[in-house]
Amino acid sequence: MAVDSSFMSELLVATIVCLGAGALGALLTNRSAKAARIVGCGGALLGSIFALGFGLAGLAGGSLRLYFPDLLPIGGAALGIDRLSAFFVVMIAVAAIPAALYGIGYTRAYEGNHSLGGMGFAFNTFIAAMILVPLAQNVLTFLALWEVMSLASYFLVITEHEREGTLGAGWVYFVMTHAGFAALLLGFLLLAQATGTAFFSDWHVVAVGVDPRSRDLVFVLLAVGFGSKAGVIPLHVWLPRAHPAAPSHVSALMSGVMIKLGVYGLVRVAFDWLGAGPIWWGGMILVAGAISGVLGVLYALVDTDLKRLLAYSSVENIGIIMLGLGAGMLFQNAQLPGFTGLALVAALYHTLNHAAFKSLLFMGAGAILHATHTRNMENLGGLIKTMPQTAILFLIGSLAIAALPPFNGFISEWLTFQSLLVSFHIAAHTINLLFTLAIAALALTSGLAAACFVRAFGISFLALPRSAAAGMAHEVEWTIRAAMAALALTCLAFGIAPSLILAPLETTVFDLIGTHADMKFDLSALAVNGDFGWLAPLWLALGLIGCLAIIPLALRLIGATNRRRSHESWGCGRALQTARFEYTATAFANPFKRVFALLYRSVKELDVEFHPESRYFVRTIEYCNEGRLIFEDALYRPLLRAIESVARQARTLQSGNVHSYLVYILIALVALLLLTV
Amino acid sequence: MEIAIEFLQLAIVMFASPLLVGLIRKAKARLQARRGAPVFQLYADIRKLLSKETVVSENTSWLFRFTPYLLATTMMLSALIVPVLSTRTTLGFMGNIIALIYLFLLGTFFLALVGLDAGSAFGGMGASREVAIAALAEPTVLIAIFGIALRAGTTSLDGMITRFAAEPLLMLNTGHLLAFFAFFIVALAENGRLPVDNPTTHLELTMIHEAMILEYSGRYLALVEWAAGMKLFLFLTLLSNLFFPWGVALDNTPVALVIALVALAIKLVVFVGAIALLETSVAKLRLFRVPELLAGSFTIALLAVVTAFFLR
Repeated sequence: MAVDSSFMSELLVATIVCLGAGALGALLTNRSAKAARIVGCGGALLGSIFALGFGLAGLAGGSLRLYFPDLLPIGGAALGIDRLSAFFVVMIAVAAIPAALYGIGYTRAYEGNHSLGGMGFAFNTFIAAMILVPLAQNVLTFLALWEVMSLASYFLVITEHEREGTLGAGWVYFVMTHAGFAALLLGFLLLAQATGTAFFSDWHVVAVGVDPRSRDLVFVLLAVGFGSKAGVIPLHVWLPRAHPAAPSHVSALMSGVMIKLGVYGLVRVAFDWLGAGPIWWGGMILVAGAISGVLGVLYALVDTDLKRLLAYSSVENIGIIMLGLGAGMLFQNAQLPGFTGLALVAALYHTLNHAAFKSLLFMGAGAILHATHTRNMENLGGLIKTMPQTAILFLIGSLAIAALPPFNGFISEWLTFQSLLVSFHIAAHTINLLFTLAIAALALTSGLAAACFVRAFGISFLALPRSAAAGMAHEVEWTIRAAMAALALTCLAFGIAPSLILAPLETTVFDLIGTHADMKFDLSALAVNGDFGWLAPLWLALGLIGCLAIIPLALRLIGATNRRRSHESWGCGRALQTARFEYTATAFANPFKRVFALLYRSVKELDVEFHPESRYFVRTIEYCNEGRLIFEDALYRPLLRAIESVARQARTLQSGNVHSYLVYILIALVALLLLTV
Repeated sequence: MEIAIEFLQLAIVMFASPLLVGLIRKAKARLQARRGAPVFQLYADIRKLLSKETVVSENTSWLFRFTPYLLATTMMLSALIVPVLSTRTTLGFMGNIIALIYLFLLGTFFLALVGLDAGSAFGGMGASREVAIAALAEPTVLIAIFGIALRAGTTSLDGMITRFAAEPLLMLNTGHLLAFFAFFIVALAENGRLPVDNPTTHLELTMIHEAMILEYSGRYLALVEWAAGMKLFLFLTLLSNLFFPWGVALDNTPVALVIALVALAIKLVVFVGAIALLETSVAKLRLFRVPELLAGSFTIALLAVVTAFFLR
């Protein structure tokens, strides 16, 4: 089905107009907080719906060419769409529509002491920039939109600037995103200079001719730039600070969608712009993915701040996506195009799935924050009785992220496993060993993620409330629940009928690498590499529902009794069960802290205060078991100290003496003249 | 015809698993110079529990009442996927071995949540330990699967058994044996047998599975115990049929099915003896020594894969 190019540009214009109207409208109606809230989020909602249509039309084969030669230097501003860009636009819309709906109700809490007009402006600009980034067709368009996206998100992150730690978190985010931007700028300009053109479509053809040393350097720079946006370890340090600090619908978008644009960049670099590269490119991405996956979930397991736990979990899922990408790159290097496609399909499907369930989880955390005013899991509990619908929706998100059937996380993780398992077709022992360790890392990540979300859901929602605030929680308003329900339904739909997404995804990958992925699928089943692996998600779901229905009937048939009595917990015979007897989040994570003690390097502090008259009576016990952040201590602090010492040395240049400044100008002039001549 | 065999397999798993548990207990009792309970004791227990009123804690939620049904469901669904008697089953295409592992993990997830639901420290402790052990056992399972899939060229259970059945001298293959041992240790860990967890203890510091189901009574306890029995049956069936596929029916003739039934019974009895012997001779490991055991099983599985690669 050929989609008209003018129809596509109409859809894009509609998207931008709605988002622009939302942005400006929010600013103009700033006087009335309620109007700013509704105009801002309403504009975002409408714009995202148009963006969804635009993306779907692009996936169906629509094309677009917009060129404004005088808008930007070095080639002007160029926008265009192909199937990969369309896929990412669809992903952004799938997360942005619920986020905007959520924002309508959620931002009511900000009325009075925050500028809702500013928030609406930044929110709409953020979404617009994110939608336009995958459409950029040359260097400066891409970088300009990237920068707008980062700035808009920075202002959203520091919305609650009166809260302690938010400004610091925003500052770390600001520095890291610009460090990544610098790497991207350098890489792009180097490649543009080496190939002689700044347009992405030309690079696909010309870049293979560039000399290998430059290609390696460009790859490393772009990988660092995109990796820092994606949150790959060790460039992840901004994620666990910025995502919790932002308002929840913004966290949902940042974690669900913005970091995926780093993935988009990496896919473009590895499979489109630079072409096939040496083995160590794929190996580096694979290893980075394995490390991010395991370390991300390990840090999530010991965190008691619900939103920071979700942020670390995003690092983990980016690791899983990188595993798929790295595998794809290694298959491409080994000339196995069917498997390259398979690994790419797995990675991109996980990208979409993560956008769905991570947004759902962040929205759930936001609902908890809205109802109880705390993010600390040690103060939550019992919410399943006071917020039943939020509880079910958060449970669905937890099941999806733990990769359990019948939800979408299971399908994409199954596909990632299959693409790693077929690696034995490569006949190089080092690569085989690398893949074996990658499989082990993915399995460990998967198991630990399940443990992490048992803890997150169980401690926050189940049993008795651990504080008065949790005890007085109430269900959130319908817009918030509707947004979460939409995402939960998406998770279920993609888990039961993955062929809905696999069909356009397979076509996208075919467009990108030129061969079909080694997989077959129809509405009920999918098969990988002939009969290497089979899965029938629809049948599994039907089987689950069928058996669930049969068992109670069968029990009634054989005459099992139905009587039930409610009483206090038995607890091995202890009376008077209170909330103080419950397991805490810290205690739940204790086995992991012990097993992985080498990694956490936690520092235990125990202060016991005895009664002054007898050491047998204890007044208070204070126990603190703080894990240390190894990357901050080992990598960033020495780097920052080195920069500081260099800056201190350089300060001696600022003597205040006008004559020395004149000499500096002279030297600079002479140097520039020598360079250009 | 194949549907009938499918349901026959399901019926065997559903109705023979309490007998398996009873046989293990009887064998252990005999080794400990006791007479032990009758082998059909678990059937009597389940029947008694089904006629008792259930007592539900006030602190719990709908999850508590839902999970026993879910556990039984996942086990029944797994019984449809695992080739118990025959490799030609209609519903075996639903999932491969990785899907099976995740179905088991689904049950573990909900059971751990139930442990936290009652709000007692026992349940929380059991849940915490259970998910830690399940998470640490995952890499071993997947690497062992990689090792077997390498040699079989497929990850679907039917395909693996069919291909292995063509090699009668399979037992002498190093990689295969190593993968078997790794898988066996994981089976012990996942089913809560010694040396990882003691299925007969009720001391708070030594229980893992029992701690999570502490608050269950009546029909819920019956379902949970039955599901645990089915899980053990399925794991042992997998071990027998995957690593020693002699006797598994490759076509669906009545003769082949009878041979498969007899062969399965013999292999399961051997496993019963092995487990009973193992449980009588080793003591339960201290909790924080269990990761060392699992790390050891991971190394064995890794060796299995390396052997498979180098002896290709």
